[in-house]
Amino acid sequence: MSEQLIFERSRSGRMAAAQVPTPASDDGIPAAMRRQDAPILPQVSELQAVRHYTRLSQQNFSIDTHFYPLGSCTMKYNPRICNSLALLPGFAGRHPLGPESHGQGFLACMYDLQEMLAAVTGMEEFSLTPMAGAQGELAGVAMIRAYHVANGNEERDEIIVPDAAHGTNPATATMCGCKVKEIATGPDGDVDIEALKATLGPNTAGIMLTNPSTLGVFERRIMEISELVHDAGGLLYYDGANLNAILGKARPGDMGFDVIHLNLHKTFSTPHGGGGPGSGAVGVGETLKPFLPVPVVGKGKRKGEDYYHWLTETELPQSIGRLSGFMGNAGVLLRAYVYMRLVGRDGMRRIAEFATLNANYLEKRLKEAGFELAFPARRASHEFIVTLKNEAKELQVNAMDFAKALLDKGFHAPTTYFPLLVPECLLIEPTESETKEMVDRFVDALVEIREEAKTDAEQVKGAPYTTPVRRLDDVKAARQLDLVWHPGAPSD
Amino acid sequence: MSELPGDLRYTDEHEWLRQEEDGSVTIGITDHAQMALGDLVYVELPEVGQEMEPGGEMAVVESVKAASDVYAPIGGEVTAINEELSDDPEKINADPYGDGWIVRMQPSGDSETMSPGEYQTFLDGLED
Repeated sequence: MSEQLIFERSRSGRMAAAQVPTPASDDGIPAAMRRQDAPILPQVSELQAVRHYTRLSQQNFSIDTHFYPLGSCTMKYNPRICNSLALLPGFAGRHPLGPESHGQGFLACMYDLQEMLAAVTGMEEFSLTPMAGAQGELAGVAMIRAYHVANGNEERDEIIVPDAAHGTNPATATMCGCKVKEIATGPDGDVDIEALKATLGPNTAGIMLTNPSTLGVFERRIMEISELVHDAGGLLYYDGANLNAILGKARPGDMGFDVIHLNLHKTFSTPHGGGGPGSGAVGVGETLKPFLPVPVVGKGKRKGEDYYHWLTETELPQSIGRLSGFMGNAGVLLRAYVYMRLVGRDGMRRIAEFATLNANYLEKRLKEAGFELAFPARRASHEFIVTLKNEAKELQVNAMDFAKALLDKGFHAPTTYFPLLVPECLLIEPTESETKEMVDRFVDALVEIREEAKTDAEQVKGAPYTTPVRRLDDVKAARQLDLVWHPGAPSD
Repeated sequence: MSELPGDLRYTDEHEWLRQEEDGSVTIGITDHAQMALGDLVYVELPEVGQEMEPGGEMAVVESVKAASDVYAPIGGEVTAINEELSDDPEKINADPYGDGWIVRMQPSGDSETMSPGEYQTFLDGLED
């Protein structure tokens, strides 16, 4: 049953009386700047508002309620302690414009977070200011561009992107005023080295790589790629989307990457999904240090004690500038800090070990159950790809139908139809959080769906049946985008 | 099985070309291409008068699944664009060889194209 909009429950004059603000007679706002009309807000009782949002929260498909193997998104468990500590009054009540001397505890946490991220990735320095992964990417490529311009190499404006990359990679390069040069992937999932060599040249600014790649396999010739790109005068950008697979095991800095962005909301377990706040912290090697986005937290001494302070445009005059009002999403950064302290150095390695173990176990079981793997010769990283092209051809039930049918069986769907170069694909990432029993149940569910498709394909193509809404008209949604409620809007 | 009109030429980028009587060439994407892309929700068109290099980006077609570049199969000047696609991109899905045409060009050179039979063989080769 789909929940009514809160506006549809609105009745004139109904309100939570205790929460109505008293109009201030003299609050200093000039008459000319006051709004003339009351804002259009739903008029409901407090209990109606509570019930509405509680019911919506119960309709959520979330990591707290369901297995969520959404490939490339690392939907791992978010420990409750991270939340509790980030909400301590000293953190939650701190004003971002407060003086440094009043926020030493917060600044110390942020400094340590920068240092821990640098240590685990093999980079020199970190800036926590990007608000999300895409902004981290933007910062990374903007730094590469700033570096070439500072060296008088204005003509270096080509960014090389493998065809398996996240769509944000070419978008980022374009936003930074660069030209995108796409290169092919070989049949085993590695970058085509000959295509790379043919693309490198005097205009090369750099290459953007995800390792392990979005195909779920480790880029085995990364050291060779790194040498080729550096010899051509380019820099290497590491998209941190898949860091979970190698956390504490291998470091992008040691592979020769010059700049990296991390999705703290993936690898470092801050809540995400539903467009919630993220964090795209960026790290750099020696070459790009002067260009880091500001502010960065620095550490010095005052009266013999450690003293933490902001580094701004004054200390980093070549910085690419500011990306957020203050310094990223403070609450998200604190949760990532607590998570890293919680798991510690050994815990980081265990994360990678169990994330890859779960993925390889699940991959092997699906293979034994007769599903076709996209890269059967390769070991999975923390995720892998199944192609349902045979099922689509023989049973007329495609990857989207399997994904929808999984919802009825109590599983969030894996990523579907990405990467684009594998037909009818499911990109599956179980993460380290899940038990063997849960992974086994997921295999059973996929096998059951295939059996159902053999006897009654139409039944599977009609899924989901148990969710608050069935299949949405995504074509209509794209063609007639309608996001804002207004009086007189039709109720569906 | 997709439809392939006999009077058109085809490319390995899944475009079709029609030689018009005035010497111009009309270009669109094939039935196979529109089926592979799925329901289109947006089409970006070039400007009339724009000079195209062969292989240059001529248009962008976007479906719910993905955005794809359409490359110029031939060099020349754009003499007309199908402006109706801006409001009704689904015309490409409904009638790829008719109302769903994308660009008309005055060609400045030759292009490498395939006959319907050759394109069909090419399509068969894509399925493994």
